[in-house]
Amino acid sequence: MALRVENLRIYYRTLHGYVHAVEGATFSVRDGEIMGLAGESGCGKTTLGHSLVYMKPPMIYMEGKVFLDGQELPIWDMRRMNEFRWRLVSIIPQYAMNALNPTRRIGHLIADLLAERGLSYKHVLPELKRRLDLVQLSPEVLDRYPFELSGGMRQRMVMVISTLLNPSLLIADEITSALDVSTQKAVCEMIIEFRNRGFVRSTIFITHDMSILYQIADTVLVMYAGQLVEKAPVEEIFRSPRHPYTRMLIAALPRVGARQRTERLRGIPGSPPRLLDPPPGCRFRDRCPVAFERCTETPPFVEVEPGHFVACWREI
Amino acid sequence: MLALENVTKIYRTGALGLRRLTAVSEVSFEIGEREIVALIGESGSGKSTIGKMILRLLRPTSGTIRFEGQDIFALNGRAVKDYYRKVQGVFQDPFASYNPIFKADRIFALIREEFFPHLSRAQWEQKVEEALRAVGLNPPDVLGKYPHQLSGGQLQRFLIARALLLDIRLLVADEIISMLDASTRVDVLNLLGDLRERGLSILFITHDLSLGHYISDRAIVLYRGRIVEMGPTERVYARPLHPYTEMLMASVPRIDQKWARQPARMEQSVTPGPTGCVYYGRCPIAQEICSRRMPELVEVEAGHYVACFMRS
Repeated sequence: MALRVENLRIYYRTLHGYVHAVEGATFSVRDGEIMGLAGESGCGKTTLGHSLVYMKPPMIYMEGKVFLDGQELPIWDMRRMNEFRWRLVSIIPQYAMNALNPTRRIGHLIADLLAERGLSYKHVLPELKRRLDLVQLSPEVLDRYPFELSGGMRQRMVMVISTLLNPSLLIADEITSALDVSTQKAVCEMIIEFRNRGFVRSTIFITHDMSILYQIADTVLVMYAGQLVEKAPVEEIFRSPRHPYTRMLIAALPRVGARQRTERLRGIPGSPPRLLDPPPGCRFRDRCPVAFERCTETPPFVEVEPGHFVACWREI
Repeated sequence: MLALENVTKIYRTGALGLRRLTAVSEVSFEIGEREIVALIGESGSGKSTIGKMILRLLRPTSGTIRFEGQDIFALNGRAVKDYYRKVQGVFQDPFASYNPIFKADRIFALIREEFFPHLSRAQWEQKVEEALRAVGLNPPDVLGKYPHQLSGGQLQRFLIARALLLDIRLLVADEIISMLDASTRVDVLNLLGDLRERGLSILFITHDLSLGHYISDRAIVLYRGRIVEMGPTERVYARPLHPYTEMLMASVPRIDQKWARQPARMEQSVTPGPTGCVYYGRCPIAQEICSRRMPELVEVEAGHYVACFMRS
């Protein structure tokens, strides 16, 4: 069991009260698993991913435990997490490819990062070059400045840097969303390749794009308004989703081949609730076509079939 | 209704504008009545530049754009205003289209000041409500609110409603759903289809192939400022002819089929001579001639054009 998250609760403090961004998340990710974390904007998927690595204010740790390879991660303690970050848990934040220091050559930038961890650039260089070769970047990019590379090249560079120390867990946040489809596909194939070669053990791949997850994920965890809604192996979540939200979300995706004139898709009416002091219960209930009285209580996230978890009173 | 003829746009870039960047190159196509045309391309393909030229926000370096037979850059005075009565645009980021310190419905008031000063308040309010209902919004729910109180999908529909207040014939929709969530984007897409039924034509600019396929009648595929393939949507998708279109179709993530395990071809540094095919550096079937001459669009079957020596 590589990653185990128990009852994790992350809020944001605002002037008006607490924003309940992640509400009691319990799940695990196996060794070698690529878990897709899906949901719409504001559902808490990025907050959940970031909280495992870098709990920056105004994010507040309320409760919960995180174990990686049997060891508890002190995610509430920014300083103690330093010894785990990059080595054991690594993250590729959204837009990371645009956040590389523009005044440092890429090689220098990597040397700085390594030096901070007491590691030698010279020592790592042969492996670094092997990995650049794997993602079809020539070693000369190390002498370039970030702005000299295209978006796709920078994204590949960031992926190599984040996984350089063979972390046990990689969190990739929307790494394909600003890329062209051909580059998108290449980046996804690298995620799989990195896993297959053991550069990373488990991966949490955060995206709003369900069709990408169908291509690369082993399992998919769906969030809605801060709550975990469903987790299942990828084929199962696309073929037989159990939660009404997942069902409606997947039905709203246009397939290549679907045309409005022959097959009219439907969106989900309504919008998610505000997460500022939300009422208890299932947060999808206002938009749910099968909601009933019991939905004012929060449904537990229950394993209904091996590896298939659902939080819905109708499915328990 | 709208016709582009050999439209080229060259930007001056770099210090003192000494470097030239050809964003759009000899593009010709038409948009007919009640037609949704998808303009598909990756970043840097020139698709937004084409949209901006149609909206007169940019002037082509050469070539003409005609609307109902008239060169849109020869218009002046009242004629420009009349043009904007008929042709309007909606853009990618709904939040950037609003001034956050004003209420969102100010965009309607501006239309009234500019185009309908003679209407009475009651007449105007009725017109706004009709437009909002036409885009699937409930007026009391959305009027009098600030942009941050509305969702991206609502703001985007607001902008479409704003266009409907005019006697609009052509809507330029530039990536209007790429920032919306999956559960709401379908509604905006369906709305575009409904507007077509009401007699509107739409230029639907997108990088998302499945969305383009869902809604459009014709598809135009751009690569580095040139049209590489164009035809009825179903034909282009079912039987892509240009190797670039083929590669796009193979790379688009589907939910009913996994990617074929073949490595995607990265952009290589090989660039063709100034006269060669724009896709030469990445093309798996390129021959010697492709590095020397740019193929022209050739009609291969009814209405289906491709610019490729190997496929025409």
